[in-house]
Amino acid sequence: MSLTTESFAVQLAFWVLSFCTVISAIAVVQIQDLFRSALFLIVTFLGIAGLFVLLGAEFLAGVQLMVYVGAISVLIIFAILMTRDLEEGNPSHSFRIPVAIVAILFMLFSIYAITVGTNWDSRLISETLNQEQQTEAGKIFFADSIPNLANLLLTDFVLAFELVSVLLLAAAVGALALVRNR
Amino acid sequence: MTPTPAFFISFYTLRDLFDNLIQSLGFGASFGWMAGLLAGISISFLIINVMVMSTAFYTWFERRMIGRFQVRRGPNRNGPFGILQPFADVLKLIMKEDTIPDAADKPVFTLAPIALLAPTLMIMIVIPFGTYASDQAFLSNLNIGILFIVGVTSVNSIAIFMAGWGSRNKYAILGSMRGAAMLISYEIPMALGITSVLLLSGSLAMTQIVQSQSIWFILVMPMGFFVFMAASTAEMSRTPFDQIEAESELGSGYNTEYSGIKFAVLFLAEFMAPIVTAAVVTTLFLGGSQGFDFLPGGIWFAIKMFVLIFLLLWVRSTWPRLRIDQIMGFAWKILFGLGLFNIFLVAVEFMVAVELGHTKDDGSLTTEYMLIMAAVNWMVTIIAFVILANFVGKKKYHRPEPTASPLANMGIGGD
Repeated sequence: MSLTTESFAVQLAFWVLSFCTVISAIAVVQIQDLFRSALFLIVTFLGIAGLFVLLGAEFLAGVQLMVYVGAISVLIIFAILMTRDLEEGNPSHSFRIPVAIVAILFMLFSIYAITVGTNWDSRLISETLNQEQQTEAGKIFFADSIPNLANLLLTDFVLAFELVSVLLLAAAVGALALVRNR
Repeated sequence: MTPTPAFFISFYTLRDLFDNLIQSLGFGASFGWMAGLLAGISISFLIINVMVMSTAFYTWFERRMIGRFQVRRGPNRNGPFGILQPFADVLKLIMKEDTIPDAADKPVFTLAPIALLAPTLMIMIVIPFGTYASDQAFLSNLNIGILFIVGVTSVNSIAIFMAGWGSRNKYAILGSMRGAAMLISYEIPMALGITSVLLLSGSLAMTQIVQSQSIWFILVMPMGFFVFMAASTAEMSRTPFDQIEAESELGSGYNTEYSGIKFAVLFLAEFMAPIVTAAVVTTLFLGGSQGFDFLPGGIWFAIKMFVLIFLLLWVRSTWPRLRIDQIMGFAWKILFGLGLFNIFLVAVEFMVAVELGHTKDDGSLTTEYMLIMAAVNWMVTIIAFVILANFVGKKKYHRPEPTASPLANMGIGGD
């Protein structure tokens, strides 16, 4: 079964996932209880992972599950549990609206730039479906895009890849330096 | 390997079956999506029931065996050898009053057991049990198989947080915070152990990992096996690492406030974890369903799983509980280093194999080279463990010197 957009099941899955994602994203900002809004954030992440699967980016979905659901949410929950006065919700400050507007404008601009700037041909996906896999298409759930992803990461985008690892190392060392007993 | 009857019906077979049924009942092609849905529901039904039943018998087995280890009898009253004990337990738990604390966060409190059980069950769909390429697992061709397992496992810590926070109980929150800190620490050595397997298998799909093991990976990289086993014992939070429910310190930890059917589900998830872990380790390190021809592959898989389950049980009944600082130190100072060293070793050996031309056409290593690797890696592992045991095991714990009590000078007390 190839995941085509014509399939009714895929359409259904898309609408259910998007509905859950949007509703829980609204719940994240509207609910007063910080712990519950963190839980809704996790639901949002799960919904986005599902959308990645529908887009044929199943590796990204797995990483989304591992990093965002498994690590980042846990850190957020840790921060909440260590915080006093949870019931008061977010502190209000006068910069709230302007900051929100700037953030939204920045995000809209980035989405626009990425959407326009990306070459949307499905070359990478179609290349991976080699002859053998195509004949056995009934048995293969997804085109295997992981080898291509690995090749791209270590050739074309190697600089970004290495920079991210250096950034992570710097963050780890910085965190250690901050909490060290002197 | 001789073709043996397929033990396990895959998603695809079942979907085609339902598809034919739907077509023959006269529904059009527009109902094709129903087949997938029905197949999914049937497989979920199958997995849930088989896993719940096997967990029930596993609890009996574990209690009997721990009884033997501790020179007592274990449960032996209900049925022959006490085998009906799990059913008696479940009946008792179902009939108990299901209490929710007044102050509890009720939806979170209620959802926590489900959030803990669901990931454990979901892992089973990617485990390749059988020998046929297409019928090896319910969904074994999932090309991110092992990543799926790591991702799904990491939801556990959130479920434990939900249980602790939802209970609004001091000890429950303490237990879940300790637990979550431990779980996220041990995910890293677990991922490192998996990475070394992926270096040799060259694929994330569970079927590919099994097929690439012409020599079982436990022989090729014993260090990776050790790191993965230790990390997944911690991930299950069983006895050497059971900080989330340290009975002597925290009441019962994260499940203090639970009773009735909710406690039964938490208990179920906890006892299902060894079975699932054994299945994952069998796939990653013990060659999955590979074996000799006189028994079908599914039986070999079950035998290997049983050996691993017994090993986990042995560890549980032998070692005392570690302190939380010892647990974190073990993860970051020992397992993390061993995991990285193992990856380095395997990667270097892989590069040497490529340079010397010991690879097959599809890029995997030849059996002879893997044998050489096995010999080298066993020696390195033994040396590393001896060094570690002498370096870490002999290190003295610096207890502060007892100072004389100021009262001693006055002749009132002290020692």
